[in-house]
Amino acid sequence: MYKYQPVIGLEIHVELKTKSKMFCQDSADYFGKKPNTHVCPVCLGLPGALPVPNKKAIEWTILIGQALNCSINKVSKFDRKHYFYPDLPKGYQISQYDEPIASNGWLKFQISNFKFQIKEKKFRIHRVHLEEDTGKLIHSGSDTLVDFNRSGVPLVEIVTEPDFDNSDDVKRFLEELHTIIRYLGVSDADMEKGSMRLEPNISLRKISIQDSGFKIQELPNYKVEVKNINSFNFVKRAIEYEIKRQTEILEKGETPAQETRGFDSVKGITYSQRSKEEAHDYRYFPEPDIPPLEFTYKEIEDIKKKLPELPSDKEKRLIKEYRLKAQDAFILTRDLRIADYFEKVTDEFNKLMLVQDKASVDIEKQQSLGQTIANLIVNKRLSTSLDPEEFAKKAITSTVTYIADREKMDKAVSKVIDDFPKAVEDYKAGKTNSIMFLVGQVMKEMKGQVDANTVKKKLIKILK
Amino acid sequence: MDILKASISKLRQLIKDNKISSEEIVAQISERINKENPKLNALLTVVEKPEVNENMKDKPLYGIAFTLKDTYVTKGIRTTAGSRLLENYIPQYDATVYKKLKEAGAVLIGKTNCDAWGHGSSTENSDFGVTKNPWNQDYVAGGSSGGSAAAVASHLSPFSIGEDTGGSIRQPASFCSVVGLKVSYGLVSRYGSIAYASSLDTVGPITKTVEDCALVLDVIAGNDNQDATTNPAKPSHYSKSINNDIKGFKIGIPKEYFVEGIDKEVAEQVENSIKLFKKMGCEIVDITMPMTRYALSTYYLIATSETSSNLGRYDGIRYGNSRKDFGAEAKRRIMLGTFTLSAGYYDAYYKKATKVRTLIKNDFDQAFKKVDIILAPVSPTPAFKIGEKVNNPLQMYLSDILTIPVNLAGIPALSVPAGFTKYKLPVGVQLIGNRFEEEKLLNIGHKFEQERGELPSID
Repeated sequence: MYKYQPVIGLEIHVELKTKSKMFCQDSADYFGKKPNTHVCPVCLGLPGALPVPNKKAIEWTILIGQALNCSINKVSKFDRKHYFYPDLPKGYQISQYDEPIASNGWLKFQISNFKFQIKEKKFRIHRVHLEEDTGKLIHSGSDTLVDFNRSGVPLVEIVTEPDFDNSDDVKRFLEELHTIIRYLGVSDADMEKGSMRLEPNISLRKISIQDSGFKIQELPNYKVEVKNINSFNFVKRAIEYEIKRQTEILEKGETPAQETRGFDSVKGITYSQRSKEEAHDYRYFPEPDIPPLEFTYKEIEDIKKKLPELPSDKEKRLIKEYRLKAQDAFILTRDLRIADYFEKVTDEFNKLMLVQDKASVDIEKQQSLGQTIANLIVNKRLSTSLDPEEFAKKAITSTVTYIADREKMDKAVSKVIDDFPKAVEDYKAGKTNSIMFLVGQVMKEMKGQVDANTVKKKLIKILK
Repeated sequence: MDILKASISKLRQLIKDNKISSEEIVAQISERINKENPKLNALLTVVEKPEVNENMKDKPLYGIAFTLKDTYVTKGIRTTAGSRLLENYIPQYDATVYKKLKEAGAVLIGKTNCDAWGHGSSTENSDFGVTKNPWNQDYVAGGSSGGSAAAVASHLSPFSIGEDTGGSIRQPASFCSVVGLKVSYGLVSRYGSIAYASSLDTVGPITKTVEDCALVLDVIAGNDNQDATTNPAKPSHYSKSINNDIKGFKIGIPKEYFVEGIDKEVAEQVENSIKLFKKMGCEIVDITMPMTRYALSTYYLIATSETSSNLGRYDGIRYGNSRKDFGAEAKRRIMLGTFTLSAGYYDAYYKKATKVRTLIKNDFDQAFKKVDIILAPVSPTPAFKIGEKVNNPLQMYLSDILTIPVNLAGIPALSVPAGFTKYKLPVGVQLIGNRFEEEKLLNIGHKFEQERGELPSID
């Protein structure tokens, strides 16, 4: 008996949003700008021009490495990667070959499986290195035009180990990585704009299960790369398509070709782009125009101090500190702005409550204040475009004031119990539905100025 | 004629004393260029209207005309690197060295001929014809900065900026009886220097005297935020200390530089130079540099690898000409370099070469523990005849065998005229200094020049 197990690794490119480009002073903010207006001798690769590395870009790459639990290499260097393409004006890309800035890291987070069981998974990061982006070809009719505005924009490449065996984990990993990059504030990581590009590589490993139960794993002798995908869903679909395609080939007793493929998002299929025979010999060698990078322990530690609280840590803290449901804490922490907003609103809320009637502070015991606010944000009951103080005020009127008149509610409840003995009896006799009738009556008494749930709980408590 | 033969220091004095104006210098030189350049082919481009900026009177090189090797980009002025491929290339920016000289008041009057991309030792690899040796026009001026050396020797410019990757300043300086300085790697910015081999390329002056060399170096040396390989340390004031006493200095004579193949007359001139140093109270110390024999092969692996990478940008898409316009020597070096960087060969060739390079550097480090400078011939022979070596690239490569180790080590070396052979061909002597010790090197070179006395110059 045997089965096939997917072996999936990822290569992710992230454009840094530094002010200037990687090796020159031109603005790196090229998106939507008039072609060839953000250029100079260096990023055009003009004769005699020399690259001078951008310190900020190096610092940010170290920061990304640290966020991904990598070791930061004390000595690193740039290399030249040669290939011929019209968008590469020097005939080589300045990249990093065998001494990347960061290596051997990992990323860990919680994943719920198909049975909705939550499990923590860990994926290893092979390396994080820094390079320059290329220009862009624009095909217009029978002409091909080159725009060098993007040429030389700092680009970080993150390479994982082939630790994935399914497309769901890949998607979740990419979402987590995306969130981390955005937290660090080093890139827009905007897939539409191409500032984050995804390349999964997929192959299948044959696992033979012998009668004794002993498993024999064979390593795949090929690898298929799918290039430049710009959405997490497309990555998922491309992987699923590849698993199906490769399984069919393997079932026939053949081996899938080692190649680079593209993804057609309309048809949902991958297609061959470049075979192994056409693979480049990049002729890497150390970039002689840039001295090796050397960092002291202190420099690396100083950068580490700039690491913000990362999404998974923030998620854990919110659960603990605000007594949030895990699911809501997860949603809130996907966007740093929302997470910060949540904390600001909670803070404002508390401040406002301090000057409120004492009775109103005793809101709802079953639900934390944080959870109340989380609900308002997650369920979009109030807009997060409001000023946090404004939000807090509205939150108070929509949640607290109902309870603020606790006395009034208690009176109404007593009155309804007195007025509707039949319903009370029915409830006590086990007709639990009649509680809803009583709730309705209280609501009516209070002209809707109360939370139904609170009333229901109060009634249950009294009638117990 | 006096004006044309005058050194920079003399011209500065004449200008200061109002005995001559900058315009007059430029006019006289232009006339000389019109007369001599068609014979010598030292200049590829003559600047039509050289600009003298009157507001720069207090600048160190005010009004001094100069030429640049055609490997330095000059905004609006054609720059070819000696190659047909860039025949019509008008750069969009100025090389740092040009910018610094302009800011010092110097006036660019022309761009000098060279072997295409710096690949060569005779300018016979220039796509625009060979530069003839002013001392005998049947002979080469040397290379690759042959145009610069010939221009200074024949008074077409008081000084020139050459470029030295494996001897390209020192060897033509020796062949033409002018002073040439190869600086420490990182002392002078390479920004705007069309790259041959990036880890070896250096920018330096070719002048009539060692003092002039120091005056130019005072202007062009120093850190450049556009060249990450420049030394951040503040450079010395080179011209200030050239007259210091050199008595007691130790001059190292490496036996590996005096092997077979050295021309007898070259050896004689070097012997004479050693005697002069003894006379000046210097101590002569025999030293050994065992890795010297590996320098040539190391150089040709590293230089060709880097040049194959640097020339990749001339892909036929930009610059107007196609890759067919690369000459035979460029193609040869591109192929050699591409091969040595290829997967499966990199470790055996390029990587090995970088390791040997370190050993060669160590040789010099050891030597400079014992001596102040090293004295050696510049080239095994005086200038050779035009056409003599064109069909034998290996023979041509060997003419740089004594200059190449210095580039691999990244240290400075000065080529100073020593004398002439019986057929009236110049011979220079090479003084090699420790890294960033140009101050000492120029001091010793200047004292040597003083002791040697006047040599004949071109009429």
